[in-house]
Amino acid sequence: MSELVIENLWKEYDSQIVLERISLTIASRSFVALVGPSGCGKSTFLRILLGQEQATRGKILVDGQPLPAEPGAERGVVFQQYSVFPHLTVLGNVLLGKEFSDAGIKAKLFGAAKRNAISEAKAMIEDVGLGGAEDKYPSQLSGGMRQRLALAQALMMKPKVLLLDEPFGALDPGIRADIHTLMKRLWNQTQMTIVMVTHDLREAFTLASRVIAFERPRDRPEEREGYGATITKDHEIWPPRVAGVASNYRPPGEGK
Amino acid sequence: MLLPFMVLVVAYSIGSTIRLADNPNDKLLPGLLGFGEAIQRMAFTADPHTGEILLWSDTKASLFRIFCGLGISTVLALAVGMVIGMLPHVRALLAPFVAAIAMVPPLALLPILFIVLGLGETSKIALIVIGIAPTMMRELAMRAQELPREQIIKAETLSGNSWQIALRVFLPQILPRLITSMRLQLGPAWLFLIAAEAISSDSGLGYRIFLVRRYLAMDVIFPYVGWITLLAVLTSLLLDQFRKWIFPWSELEAAP
Repeated sequence: MSELVIENLWKEYDSQIVLERISLTIASRSFVALVGPSGCGKSTFLRILLGQEQATRGKILVDGQPLPAEPGAERGVVFQQYSVFPHLTVLGNVLLGKEFSDAGIKAKLFGAAKRNAISEAKAMIEDVGLGGAEDKYPSQLSGGMRQRLALAQALMMKPKVLLLDEPFGALDPGIRADIHTLMKRLWNQTQMTIVMVTHDLREAFTLASRVIAFERPRDRPEEREGYGATITKDHEIWPPRVAGVASNYRPPGEGK
Repeated sequence: MLLPFMVLVVAYSIGSTIRLADNPNDKLLPGLLGFGEAIQRMAFTADPHTGEILLWSDTKASLFRIFCGLGISTVLALAVGMVIGMLPHVRALLAPFVAAIAMVPPLALLPILFIVLGLGETSKIALIVIGIAPTMMRELAMRAQELPREQIIKAETLSGNSWQIALRVFLPQILPRLITSMRLQLGPAWLFLIAAEAISSDSGLGYRIFLVRRYLAMDVIFPYVGWITLLAVLTSLLLDQFRKWIFPWSELEAAP
């Protein structure tokens, strides 16, 4: 279980207020899409959840516990770019998390531990549809396959929260539809809560169980510095989408 | 590919023939036959005084110095470059220092090296290290800094600690660049070696060239220059092959 509670969060850079009065409870296993115009702070909010940046004020709780300040294994992430390591093969990329968490200062597994990790990694690679590409390097993969790899790499750590920063923004529509299908299946299979930033409203409503819009309520040039963005819309998708429960409603065209 | 080399040889032969027709004792542009004799004398006949074949003993002495210099520089560059590139505090402290050291003209330090370290091998190797290590350090530090922030965050979410990330993310992505940097520094390394050998030595390729200069022995100087060039080109090729063999991914198009 992984409920996220955000209490009165503010983010300021010097005198510039970016986010203000963000209070939000994200239910365990929900799939939240953050949308909004460019510069509305949705990516900043995601980076705060990730631990890459710190909030100026306010609290973030995971299951009642404060969120650790530094990024760690309880949070998985997929960026639009640079999410995978170019010097490792597909298998090496997926194994890396295991090698970090289990192998200590050598950061490399040997013997039986390695064989177990490899079979687990291979199952994961198969699951995201990259079977047969284990020995390829990321630069030999298409953009869609690279994002599948980034997902597999993150999921190996079984994170409580998966954070996605415009992960499919650079993909062709057909490939994006395929990866949406995968994303939905993974959401239904796993226990994690997903927060995704996207600028694509169609994607937001196709995938998410809840869509939240960030906006600056006061956006005149002279107001920009003193007022940040906050939550202006908060829609639960209807009929409700619940992880692990089949929905009898399918949006036309995309997702299953 | 061979055409420019052949043009050079033909142009030289024409020039040499014209000069030799004017004055059969001309020493500036000896004919190809003259080279043959000199090579026979230097590379295949033992020197009557020392009983050694001069080209080989010179080559051995010079290669020992240059590889010691390159090796020490590489180790230093890797250690300092990684630390400067990875740790912002160390960067703030050391980067300006390394940048300033890189600007010191190494040849101006040569008298100091001779005074402090004596006229033996140490001062020559030290000159090579002082000449090329700072540049290599700066280049590696830049490469380490260039690694996308996303990769490091991703590694942290895969539960990597700083040491593991240095070992599995930074190091392998920097090593190919280190090899390339070695290749680029081969030219300066030879420059410093020959300068040091010219001033004080009793063996080495640079020593020999400057020794026979007194007798206008162009028939020895030209083959020696050609031999040094060949050694440098071969070293560079071997290093590049080594990089492709160990780091096949570095040859692929960079992944976004």
